[in-house]
Amino acid sequence: CANGFADEYVSQKISKTRWRPVSHSSLQQPDIFATGSWDNEDNKISFWSIGNNGTTGMDDGFEGDPQLLCEHKHDGDVLDLQFLDQDRIVTASSTGAVTIFRHHQNSQTISVSQSWARAHRYPCDNAPCTGVVCSSPEIVTVGEDGRIIVFRADQEGVVRVIENADSSTIHAVTYLRTSEILTVNSIGQLKLFDFRQQSNSPSQILSLSGDRVPLHCVDRHPNQQHIVATGGQDGMLCVWDVRQGNTPFSLMEAHSAEMWEVHFHPSNPDHLFTCSEDGSLLHWETSSPSDMPSFLQGGRNNSMISRSAMAPAGGNQSLINAWLSGDSSKGRLETTHMLPSQTLSVNSLDVLGQCLVCGTDGEAIFVNRQVPV
Amino acid sequence: MEEVDVEPAITNIPAASAGTHLGFAWGPGDILVYETLYKASGAIGSGCPCIHEVRKDEDIYSPILRKLFNESHHIFVGLQTIGEDLPSKNKKPQFVSISKNYRSVIRACMEELQQVAVSSKVADVATQYGNQVSILLAIELIWNLCEVLFIDAAPAGSLLLHLLDWVRLHKADVDEKAREVLQSESPAEHHDYWNVVVSYVLQGRLEEARQMLVKQATLQPAARSMYKLMDTLLSKMPFYNPGGTQTLTEFDVKWRHWHEEVDRCLQDNSFASNKHLEVICKILVGDEDTLLEHKDLLSTWYHFLVTRLLFCHPTVKPTELHYYAQSCLTMFLDSRSVPEPLDSILLAAFEFDIHQVIKDCSIALNNWWFVAHLTDLLDHCKLLQSHNLHFGSNLREFLLLEYASGLFTHHSLWQLAVDYFDHCPEFGRVYLELQIERVPLDTERKALKVLRICEQRQMSEQVRSICKIMAMRALRNNRLGSALSWSIRAKDAAFATLISEKFLQDYCARGTFSDLDLIDNLGPAMLLSDRLTFLGKYREFHKLYGEKRSGEAAKLLLSLMTAKIAPRSFWMTLLTDALPLLEQKEVIFSADQTHELMFCLEELTSLNTTAPGADGPMQDEDTELTKVELLRLALARNLARAIVKEGTVEA
Repeated sequence: CANGFADEYVSQKISKTRWRPVSHSSLQQPDIFATGSWDNEDNKISFWSIGNNGTTGMDDGFEGDPQLLCEHKHDGDVLDLQFLDQDRIVTASSTGAVTIFRHHQNSQTISVSQSWARAHRYPCDNAPCTGVVCSSPEIVTVGEDGRIIVFRADQEGVVRVIENADSSTIHAVTYLRTSEILTVNSIGQLKLFDFRQQSNSPSQILSLSGDRVPLHCVDRHPNQQHIVATGGQDGMLCVWDVRQGNTPFSLMEAHSAEMWEVHFHPSNPDHLFTCSEDGSLLHWETSSPSDMPSFLQGGRNNSMISRSAMAPAGGNQSLINAWLSGDSSKGRLETTHMLPSQTLSVNSLDVLGQCLVCGTDGEAIFVNRQVPV
Repeated sequence: MEEVDVEPAITNIPAASAGTHLGFAWGPGDILVYETLYKASGAIGSGCPCIHEVRKDEDIYSPILRKLFNESHHIFVGLQTIGEDLPSKNKKPQFVSISKNYRSVIRACMEELQQVAVSSKVADVATQYGNQVSILLAIELIWNLCEVLFIDAAPAGSLLLHLLDWVRLHKADVDEKAREVLQSESPAEHHDYWNVVVSYVLQGRLEEARQMLVKQATLQPAARSMYKLMDTLLSKMPFYNPGGTQTLTEFDVKWRHWHEEVDRCLQDNSFASNKHLEVICKILVGDEDTLLEHKDLLSTWYHFLVTRLLFCHPTVKPTELHYYAQSCLTMFLDSRSVPEPLDSILLAAFEFDIHQVIKDCSIALNNWWFVAHLTDLLDHCKLLQSHNLHFGSNLREFLLLEYASGLFTHHSLWQLAVDYFDHCPEFGRVYLELQIERVPLDTERKALKVLRICEQRQMSEQVRSICKIMAMRALRNNRLGSALSWSIRAKDAAFATLISEKFLQDYCARGTFSDLDLIDNLGPAMLLSDRLTFLGKYREFHKLYGEKRSGEAAKLLLSLMTAKIAPRSFWMTLLTDALPLLEQKEVIFSADQTHELMFCLEELTSLNTTAPGADGPMQDEDTELTKVELLRLALARNLARAIVKEGTVEA
């Protein structure tokens, strides 16, 4: 397979793929990932291995074919999936249920550890749960019913519910700080909720002035808690500074259709990855210029920023994040198409270390073990 | 009605009791069958509450075969986009490589099915998978032959070499047997030894045959000269080299020389003492009877055909193939056995009757996958004459439409079908428009994907319809923000008006706005519908009032009425909202503005009196009258103060 990708056709449309986290102490590359399917009569979650450990110096690429370890039935489409810890994953289902599955490594089986059925619901209908994020043992979920629910693993009931957090569908959620989350919805707003406050209203609302384009995905910069990237229905990639008011710092035309996921690389945040309904997966690479120290960067003068970007307030910040400058004409922002040829929609991607995995509507999983980061 | 080619297959419905009359209804890919109450004789039957679903094509529900559909879809899309600017002769290698891609996908699927069939412990499953493996084997066999004859279209000389490859690929058991023999202690004495050698010769693998014979030769030093002679004959057999400088005629001459030499050896009885070597010699000379004696080694008539051609007529031309094919088929099958569908398909291929091949395959297989893809590839090679079918589209399009329609009935594979419809120029769009509306939309995400498909193809009807469905659903669940988001996507002004009405009713009932996060942040979406604009502006008025910016609030309120943005029904509420502004100590409304307000009030009241049958209980009418009176009083007072204020000269 070209470009270092190994592909595997898996007879189910993949909606989510996630690497199992590797412990920070070890320098190992990730070797196990989980997938969830959608649009099947019987949906499944599955665990796969690419047998990475200890194969240095050998012929990479073609050995990386994913092997199925085990799978388990899942009620409803898997709309989101996150690893809670090394053995457990949380899934968000189109039936509105939130479920924790445990992967038993010794016997290679999966069992349901805990389940909250109809966590998200309408009075007389099911409401899909669209996003889940966790910081063990806390789990936060959002859904089409506009609710935000906080759970605790190993605790039966619900810890907190924010009813009517949103009058439209909340598509994704991410942690900003340990007690603060950021959600994006289908009328193009980013909302910050602070759990330390009693009130159920957002502490801040940001949106793009102009069209109310639905936002589908959000990811926070791994090191700088105030920087987030979002992607939406029009395929534009926006990078925001949540302290700096109501407009994003940079807007970049990324895809020709909905952007489904955006991820900063967890250990190398100068790299960003996005995937879209138009079947492409882009790798964005930004770099601080070597000739001039970044804190001397001043105002805006270049073409990449299409609208409403602002200079950072004052020159107080000692280090302006490279993403916020978004200056591509000087060669500081490079974009590469990663997949070899056009496929059906790439629904999900995850990147960890040097490994990238993505799943498509063409019922294929692609794994790349040599991502240039 | 056209005559039927084959007898229709009969399917028993086991759950239905014998003798009942069945009713049925056609579905897109299946039939629903039910028992009727009707009985031929006697009392009316008891009836049964069951409905049976009869499905013709089980294949799309098989998980392993699904990979075939997905991978071939990828290849199909790639094929359609091969540049039109290349001249046809440059495209041939590309088409051949695409054909090989398809075949490798089939093989991969076959191997996986085989593994599962072998490892499965359940007998039914194993048989089912075994059947699928044989069908795929047959498909790959036919495809390979079509590639050799039609797509690659090898001329005489190369043709035989390709056919040899074809046969060798589909007779893998020779290698297995050879392995077994070689791994035994004494290969030359293995009971299968001579079978292996003869099989090698029959397939034209003379090098390997020679290597095997060496083992026998060492065991029989006395017959060394005979073995040496056989070895020489085998090594000297000429094979045509397409890339070489030798022309076909030169090759033919060389081959005839060699053939005569072998014949001489036979006449001289050089191998008379060893019957095995004698057999091999007879094969080399192309003796039909000897070949037929080894039917079990050949196992198929087409192997027989190719072997016969190899040793009788290696320069066979494509146009001559069918003579040999027909005669070989007849010779190979004795009077007892009947030709199977596969045989007639292969025969049609040898006769270069593409349409017959496609037709027979369509009948024999229960899934359109094979014929659709093969026909599409052949059409790209410009091998199909364009003759229109009764229903107006050509053969390729007909088959693709049938295949894609079948895919659309699958809960998951419908997405693949979209690309197939895209490449059917005449009817693809219509089919897609009809089918795409029937995809069930359980989640917003699926609706978004379907919408994207429609928008990319400018199917505005379908976009509107889907957005309306999703918006209604959202509205029913009281998700006003979602509903608005859907109407914005469809640019559906009527629905946006509906949503705004709901908001306004809510406000009138409760006195406050719900979903402020939505109304406060409408942005340019406000302009989608007048009612929505009014809603946004009205909320703005409330905000201004709350911030004590009374002058601007007043202006806004007035403009809402005079610019006719506010619906007439709401004017009373607006005027009532104006009351606190009128009652303030400071004069807010100017004289002109007050006049306008009075005008609006008059317009409102005059309308009410002219409209007869003003319903509502007496109490309501009373409150209405009081309100109007209060307003009139406030307006008058304000007018007075305003005139005074405006008339006063500042000192």
